[in-house]
Amino acid sequence: MQNLEKFRKEVKEWLDKNCPPSMRSGADPSIPVDEVWGGRKAEYKNPESKIWLDRMGAKGWTMPTVPKEYGGGGLNAEQVTILNQEMFAIGAKQPLLSFGIWMLAPVLLEYGTEEQKKEHLPKIIKGEIRWCQGYSEPGSGSDLASLATKAEDIGNHFLVNGQKVWTSYADKADWIFALVRTGPKEPKHDGISFLLIDMETAGVSTKPITLISGKSPFCETFFDDVKVPKENLIGQLNAGWAIAKALLQHERAFISSFGLGSGMGSGRDLVSIAKKHVGEEDGKISNGFYRSQIASHKIKEHAFGLTFKRAKDEGGKASATASMFKLYGTEHNKKRHELMIAATGINGVAWDGDEFDKEDKNLTRAWLRTKGNSIEGGTSEVQLNVISKRVLGLPS
Amino acid sequence: MKLVLTEEQEFLRDTAKDFAQERTPVTHFRALRDNKDKNLWDRDIWQEMVNLGWSGILVPEEFGGSNFGVAGISVILQECGKTLTPSPLFSTGVLGAYAISNFGTQEQKEKYLPKIVSGEITTALAVDESSHHDPLKTSFEAKKNNEEYLLNGKKTFVIDGASADILIVLARTSGNTGELAGLTLFIVDANADGLNIIKLDMADSRNYANIEFNDVKCFNQEILGTIETGGETVERILDIGRIAMSAEMLGNAESAFETTIEYLKQRKQFGVLIGTFQALQHRAAEMFCEIELTKSAVMAAVQGADENSNELQRLSSLAKTIAGETLHLVSNEAIQMHGGIGVTDEYDLGFFIKRSRVAEQIFGSSTYHTERYANLSGF
Repeated sequence: MQNLEKFRKEVKEWLDKNCPPSMRSGADPSIPVDEVWGGRKAEYKNPESKIWLDRMGAKGWTMPTVPKEYGGGGLNAEQVTILNQEMFAIGAKQPLLSFGIWMLAPVLLEYGTEEQKKEHLPKIIKGEIRWCQGYSEPGSGSDLASLATKAEDIGNHFLVNGQKVWTSYADKADWIFALVRTGPKEPKHDGISFLLIDMETAGVSTKPITLISGKSPFCETFFDDVKVPKENLIGQLNAGWAIAKALLQHERAFISSFGLGSGMGSGRDLVSIAKKHVGEEDGKISNGFYRSQIASHKIKEHAFGLTFKRAKDEGGKASATASMFKLYGTEHNKKRHELMIAATGINGVAWDGDEFDKEDKNLTRAWLRTKGNSIEGGTSEVQLNVISKRVLGLPS
Repeated sequence: MKLVLTEEQEFLRDTAKDFAQERTPVTHFRALRDNKDKNLWDRDIWQEMVNLGWSGILVPEEFGGSNFGVAGISVILQECGKTLTPSPLFSTGVLGAYAISNFGTQEQKEKYLPKIVSGEITTALAVDESSHHDPLKTSFEAKKNNEEYLLNGKKTFVIDGASADILIVLARTSGNTGELAGLTLFIVDANADGLNIIKLDMADSRNYANIEFNDVKCFNQEILGTIETGGETVERILDIGRIAMSAEMLGNAESAFETTIEYLKQRKQFGVLIGTFQALQHRAAEMFCEIELTKSAVMAAVQGADENSNELQRLSSLAKTIAGETLHLVSNEAIQMHGGIGVTDEYDLGFFIKRSRVAEQIFGSSTYHTERYANLSGF
């Protein structure tokens, strides 16, 4: 206990000294806010974003539980709680958003060799390398294991040819973790490998995909005779499917948190929107039908939040729960946006121009973006399959 | 507080599970119904439950109870709900025990609590007056007449009212229908002069009564809590009841769901198990999610009750809404997925859907509680 109190004091002092003013609550609103993803191509509107990332990265506190030898913070669970509490206390911004942290690093820790961990983890933790995910292909969506991008062993390296799709921010990323077919004759699940590829290698190209929201967070990624060193293979040859599935659990857990109003989509409050646009009488949403739909939705949201807490309190077991959270979280988030645009009325489907508020136009885009939530990372239907087979044990 | 059971609660749950599976499987309820049992619950079985200490779970130790709290009684009700165990545990062990333990005078506690704990008396709470639950609309009258009150009016849908020894009655001592102020709770002996207890025949074959009061006399010392503020008091008692009932309904839903999943794994049509059909698999998976949400809501409400949370009302409405909706869904789907056998009286599922719709009405439907949740949340 004494050690923990000492640790708390050190954290407090360090944050006090190292967390720049614009990275805390009460920051000057005129200072532009960066969405910090790091990487070689990163640009910062506010130089303090970079300072904050570098300082937190040097401490390893962007991944506080990872051992120090791999660039992490080397903290135990109690210390992480303290770090989070002290960061929360000053309203410190998360220094780094990263697919490397959310998805790749846990897999590297489990399946990577010592050399691979030492090579890649520190760069993820410091935000020096930005990663993207190469999973889906034009012919392999829900049936991911049918993927066809091939990696041929030609002696001293792999030769990769094929196409990935839905690679988030591939045009901004430095490296890609990709599933490739290394065993064309093996059964489909047994011929897949997990490969790391530098996006600057000759033969790699990307093309952004414009979504119905008008934004382009995803790309198509093409591999044309790309030479990849042998040491970039994670795990055994043709044993990549187990790694792919492990990574998907991390991805689903991350996407499901959208249902609670954070992350992708709009974080605006449904009730205030309804009061503003539908009307308010005696402190109530004035249209009873909107009000009851919103109340039902909020009740489900409350119960979903409690279920999140319960899963955590129970020790966060089982991959199947990840499927439930992914399914429910994304479906709930879609419903929330439907209710928000309905309550906003005509303004909720505004696209552009000066006649509409920026936040309403953003809402339209956000609503359209949420339509992808229940598709990416495994569709809702795939999650229902997982629950019915793995949890309920229903026959195939 | 963590949303997990304590060791003590796990022990209670295991005991209750064994009891319900061995002593009161659904066949026990079926026999009571078929025999048109007078009380629709069995005195010997109730005494066994009493001997396990269940009637005293919400009673302080000084009066012979165990004070294990709403969490304790809820895990028991959940297990009993799985086999549709009929007993006065809800009306007496939850409502009566909680009301008198928390709002009774020392004299009332000494008079009633040891008898509740020992099984000597059962109690009932009389609130409703029409086909819909709405305590504020109470117009049932208690008029001061010198040193006594005269109670007049009719109470409806009194749970276990056809067998209770003691009635706790919500009456208006002043003010108008719709007002929270002016309500008072009275403890009335079920054998008092001027009472007419009319047994109800409901779809779930449990014990209910409508009760007419004609100049029933009550004295000051029979007021529960303080005069004129019975509205707040009864809301508190009702919230505990709603949470406990949600736990029982969760048990109902879990059981109907489990029966259905087992059926999907053994019933064959077109030469294959029907559980291989994706149309059924996905609906089963959706029900699984709703049950998981219900578990969390009930557990949070139960803890809120034991911690005297200032969120108690909202949590109670949350739990009752979700439990009602989930049980509604599961009882419907269970029958549909079973096909023809699901609508036969010989099969137990019919009992679950009948119990579902009655339980949904107890102390406010999902519609009532969605509205209440919205009001409490400022929507």
